[in-house]
Amino acid sequence: MAADYGTRMATTAGVTRGTVTTQVERPDRWWLEPVAIVSVLGLFVLYSAWAGLVNAHYYSEPYLSPFYSPCITSSCPHVTFGVPFVGDWWGFSPAVFIVGFPLVFRLTCYYYRRSYYRAFFWAPPACTVPDARAKYAGETRFPFILQNLHRYTWYLAVPIWAILTYDAVLAFIFPTPDHTGFRLGVGLGSLIMLANVAFIGLYTFSCHSCRYLCGGYLDRFRGAPIRYRLWNTVNRLNTRHGLFAWLSLFSVGLTDLYIRIVSMGWLVDPRIVF
Amino acid sequence: MTEATLRVWRGDRDGGAFEDYTVPTDEGMVVLDVIHKVQELRAPDLAVRWNCKAGKCGSCSAEINGAPRLMCMTRMNTFDPGEPITVSPIKAFPVIKDLVSDVSFNYEKAKTIPAFAARPKEADGTRRMYQEEVERVQEFHKCIECFLCQDVCHVIRDHDENKMAFSGPRYFVRLAALEMHPLDANDRMELIRAKQGLGFCNITKCCTEVCPEHIKITDNAIIPLKERVVTEFYDPLAWAKRRVFGRSGRGLPPAAAPGPSSPHSREPEPPSA
Repeated sequence: MAADYGTRMATTAGVTRGTVTTQVERPDRWWLEPVAIVSVLGLFVLYSAWAGLVNAHYYSEPYLSPFYSPCITSSCPHVTFGVPFVGDWWGFSPAVFIVGFPLVFRLTCYYYRRSYYRAFFWAPPACTVPDARAKYAGETRFPFILQNLHRYTWYLAVPIWAILTYDAVLAFIFPTPDHTGFRLGVGLGSLIMLANVAFIGLYTFSCHSCRYLCGGYLDRFRGAPIRYRLWNTVNRLNTRHGLFAWLSLFSVGLTDLYIRIVSMGWLVDPRIVF
Repeated sequence: MTEATLRVWRGDRDGGAFEDYTVPTDEGMVVLDVIHKVQELRAPDLAVRWNCKAGKCGSCSAEINGAPRLMCMTRMNTFDPGEPITVSPIKAFPVIKDLVSDVSFNYEKAKTIPAFAARPKEADGTRRMYQEEVERVQEFHKCIECFLCQDVCHVIRDHDENKMAFSGPRYFVRLAALEMHPLDANDRMELIRAKQGLGFCNITKCCTEVCPEHIKITDNAIIPLKERVVTEFYDPLAWAKRRVFGRSGRGLPPAAAPGPSSPHSREPEPPSA
């Protein structure tokens, strides 16, 4: 449990001091959280890498996988907005053009930083559990100093969310059996895609950078009522940012999985078409 | 009446060890009560710092079963009967004797923060601030300076060499209270980035977890300060905007009369968006 409680001397801010060096071990199962985070994030990274590179079964009319949206190559079975930005010469997965945007948004997200610094870098693995490394410079040096550009990744994440919302609207428009027209309807896939954009929207607009940009930079709110209301709204959402981060991560993966298994014919999408 | 066994660290700067004390306890006791029982019945020379016994003075900070907590706010009925309870001094700072640590590091850091400097008066000769503006900083004024956040912060807890360059969460709360104050005129951005070491924080939120006043230290103080530092030093669009349009205010009224002068006075800066 506990061993000797030695002391050593150090000089800090001109004051000579001794510092306790021995660790008292936490009796609880602190390792559960980092193990869970490594497992879930690791599984998601592996699945999304496979799903993004496999270049098949990502569209089942009218559902488009979020990993492939916006689909901008001419090889896409459903080109977003009908205008392919990349021609036939591109032989790889169209997801390659897109996946980086949400990836850097999540990678630099303040909540995910907390999670992966703890779980993957062990800096620290849990509160009062010692760091794995002897030296520590935090986010003062390359590459971690680039975390300061999180607001730019938010600028990228907002249009991606808007396009996913557009896809979710299209998921309520079904082709007629003879493929000559379209009808409104609702399928299980429509609802899954709607839930997905709702969770991604909550995650995107509860972001700490969003809160700052909406009005957090102000010292005085009087005279800026709209920015104050925006800041206040985002502030309330922000208290659940971590929850939205996980919900949106799961929803993205599950939405792709659902569309994939419907596309592969393993499941018939239950739907009502009006 | 039941009994409890506490493993209490006894020693000083030259070293020490845990000693077990079994004392009678009553219903409703907190760990500090049991420590006082130990003083009364077993070890009258046991050193412990305490004052209010109400969670408001921040004196009785210690590590209970390895977790930084206030002894006066840790109820004995939160432990299982017979569960070993370890009480040790806060680890990030040097021991003076037994459970008493030397926290003067914090007072030295406090001296490096420029104090509040009032903005110039408005045209009608007054200084006004409104409820919605002060609500945000009121949270930071709940701090009781127990230094549990300083103790748990791995930047200094595990890396003594960072103590020169990093002030710790308590002082980011102080800096946030000043920086977001609607009437403060000092500019501490370069100080926060370069001297207080905000970049060392990797937002693992342990400070928030241990705060007995439930201040959202990371979300409401550190991250907003990080965003302000980004605007000042890392955002190329904000830099370009400054170059083209000059500095503009953060919703601050025009000054009519000069206020107290300060070497740090500034016109605050909005972000690029």
